[in-house]
Amino acid sequence: MTPLLEVQNLSHTYSAGTPFAHKALEDVSFRVDRGEFIGVIGHTGSGKSTLMQHLNGLLKPDQGRVLLDGKDIWSDKKFTRECRFRVGLVFQYPEYQLFEETVYADIAFGPKNMGLDGKEIDRRVREAAGFVGITDAQLNASPFDLSGGQKRRAAIAGIVAMEPELLILDEPTAGLDPRGREEILDNIQTYRRAKNATVMMVTHSMNDVARLADRLIVMSQSHLVLEGTPEEIFSDPQSLVDMGLDVPEVTRVFLALEKRGLRLPRVYTLDQAVAALAALKGGARHA
Amino acid sequence: MSQAIKTEKLCFTYPGVEDTPGVAVFDGLDLTVDEGDFVAVLGGNGSGKSTLAKHFNAILLPTGGTVWVCGLDTSREENLIPIRRQVGMVFQNPDNQIVANVVEEDVAFGPENLGIPSGEIRQRVDAALNQVGMYAYRQHAPHLLSGGQKQRVAIAGILAMAPKCVVLDEPTAMLDPKGRREVLDTVLQLNREKGITVVLITHHMDEAAKAKRVVILDQGRIAAQGTPAQVFSQVDLLHSLGLAAPETVELCHALNAEGYSLPLDRLDAESCAQAILDAITGEETT
Amino acid sequence: MLKDITLGQYFPGNSPIHRLDPRTKLILLVVYIVILFVASGPVSYCLCLGFLAACIAVSKIPPKSFLRGMKPLIFLMCFTGIMNLFFTGGETLLVKFWIIHIYLEGVIRAVYMILRFIALICATFLLTYTTSPIALTDALESLLRPLGKLGLPVHELAMMMCIALRFIPTLLEETDKIMSAQKARGADFETGSLIQRVKALIPILVPLFISAFRRADELATAMECRCYQGGEGRTKMKQLRYGRLDASAFAVTLAVLAGSIALTVFGL
Repeated sequence: MTPLLEVQNLSHTYSAGTPFAHKALEDVSFRVDRGEFIGVIGHTGSGKSTLMQHLNGLLKPDQGRVLLDGKDIWSDKKFTRECRFRVGLVFQYPEYQLFEETVYADIAFGPKNMGLDGKEIDRRVREAAGFVGITDAQLNASPFDLSGGQKRRAAIAGIVAMEPELLILDEPTAGLDPRGREEILDNIQTYRRAKNATVMMVTHSMNDVARLADRLIVMSQSHLVLEGTPEEIFSDPQSLVDMGLDVPEVTRVFLALEKRGLRLPRVYTLDQAVAALAALKGGARHA
Repeated sequence: MSQAIKTEKLCFTYPGVEDTPGVAVFDGLDLTVDEGDFVAVLGGNGSGKSTLAKHFNAILLPTGGTVWVCGLDTSREENLIPIRRQVGMVFQNPDNQIVANVVEEDVAFGPENLGIPSGEIRQRVDAALNQVGMYAYRQHAPHLLSGGQKQRVAIAGILAMAPKCVVLDEPTAMLDPKGRREVLDTVLQLNREKGITVVLITHHMDEAAKAKRVVILDQGRIAAQGTPAQVFSQVDLLHSLGLAAPETVELCHALNAEGYSLPLDRLDAESCAQAILDAITGEETT
Repeated sequence: MLKDITLGQYFPGNSPIHRLDPRTKLILLVVYIVILFVASGPVSYCLCLGFLAACIAVSKIPPKSFLRGMKPLIFLMCFTGIMNLFFTGGETLLVKFWIIHIYLEGVIRAVYMILRFIALICATFLLTYTTSPIALTDALESLLRPLGKLGLPVHELAMMMCIALRFIPTLLEETDKIMSAQKARGADFETGSLIQRVKALIPILVPLFISAFRRADELATAMECRCYQGGEGRTKMKQLRYGRLDASAFAVTLAVLAGSIALTVFGL
């Protein structure tokens, strides 16, 4: 089966040919299958954001190709535009791109650009608002009267309303408090389940990707350095730390326990840790 | 010990616009910050923590009660400049607090405003940049620095004014883990080595865990305060406020529901692992 | 990309030209412009151009960067040249075609005008290439200070310039980001009629203005927190001071001016 998205030997240099030339991506290849939840991690400046902007055709690769459904997204102009809508990209701090007089109009901006008819636009706006928990009253309000977390969710709805097959989010929880973070992550899951969408999420929160992602991609210094399940990636915490990244705190606790001579499975979420230790306790009790 | 900051029955209401009523944030808040202390103020969005910070150097004035900063009443006009010399503020967005387009010029901005002689400004700027580890970047343009570096420049700009107290309003909210570590280490060092009083407003539990004292704000009231270990062990209270305890405490708390009896004051991986190990081996020997 | 626009094209360095007081450089640029307009004969032109070439050589700025900077002005230069070529009357008619008459005097004048233009641009570039924008702002503030007595808010103007210089790259980056974000929602800035294109700018301009106002607001608070109270009682870390280097620069330039005047008087 052709993967939903395939990136082949992608390279990109900013300001090529000037003294400020800067290689942002070098020979990056990976594939995304339908229905996957992929976490993208890497420190600032590792090339994550540049990579994301290639996936919906905002940036054109210097070398390499991006295939959507097996077709090069730059093969013809019409297809490039189509890709903008099939691959939805939520930028960092998306609330700063709100501009319409009402939340409704702002969410409708994307669907309108798709050339949909009024009835379909209305359906999509209301459905997208539903996914992110925006009420009907809020739809008629000015986006600038919403709270920080609500603005963020309204902005995400603007992308969701285009009903992209692949939803990409660049640090969707940055700067929010724990409750706001949870809400956004729940919204993403709701959309994913309802539409069978594929999701890629860039984040600095190891706890979040450990919990949510099926597969992780690790970027460092313009290269894709690691790729695998959370279990595989977090089994080598030292190499992550060397790249300036964190490991989930529970993984650290388990490593410390291992150092103290306890034999334990590798865990990376709280639930797994509790299950593993509860079993141990139970075992000890019955011994 | 004398108090760097003290609020007495602080009331504050944001004025309403036209017909809408004002929004009351505080209604009789009492809080003290001792000199040389490191206080982390935690709370969800809308808990009033940023509004509180703005009272500490008279950007906002109380609508009731009094705020004392280094013994000065913030509501008196003539205290304004003395207070701002004593209490430096660092804000969330590093881009919006850097004034000049050369790092050292920006650090010099504060002392220049105070009318300090040129030679002394130079010394202060160099010392401040060394303190935050940004001396090598003194000739750089700020917009080319990383977020963590920009925040350290902002901190240096405050240090060059030789304040007694630094108030940081979510300084790491827009930074990546590396930048957050840089900023937190810098702040810890200031407190430890220079004895500067620090008020750190944050919603990262792991940052608050490094403080000497933690204050949790909820809807303009203090919901809990004490040492990090004391505050974070109240896991159920934290959950009810929409906050989470540090991951290690959450782990111990969840394990206790599974029959363990672990202490809830372990804030780092090593001590948490030790507690778990003790619980398991203790069980085996009995 | 917008980011590629290099504003404030300062080349850091340590040549004597770099080390001159920015006020000296500003004043001498004005003097040089006077010299250029005084010059009228081949010898005086050679003196002007030679002096500039020597300064550029001393500054160690790659001459290529001057050529690159001149590119956008080529049209204006050609236009000036052609106007002078066609519309200068004279005695020696070289070409007569339809209504076009080109005289030898016209050719000479066109060449002079273009040379003058090039020298003017290069001299200005030499100033901006060797002086950081902040030093230029300081110099302007210092030179204009006497006007403060007439009620001109000199300090405030200098502060505004300084902040504008600081935020131009930040806002350009932001514009770039907002454009990308709206493109990701299918906004189209490249096709359509003029009205459609102007309309397409709304999704960029509204967020940009909102963001700029928010930044201004936060910056004002941050400045207040750092005890900013306007120019009164303010000191400067870097004080401008004229040195021996500045004295020699003045001497040399004035000598060139005198030479140029003398040559012109003798019609050379």
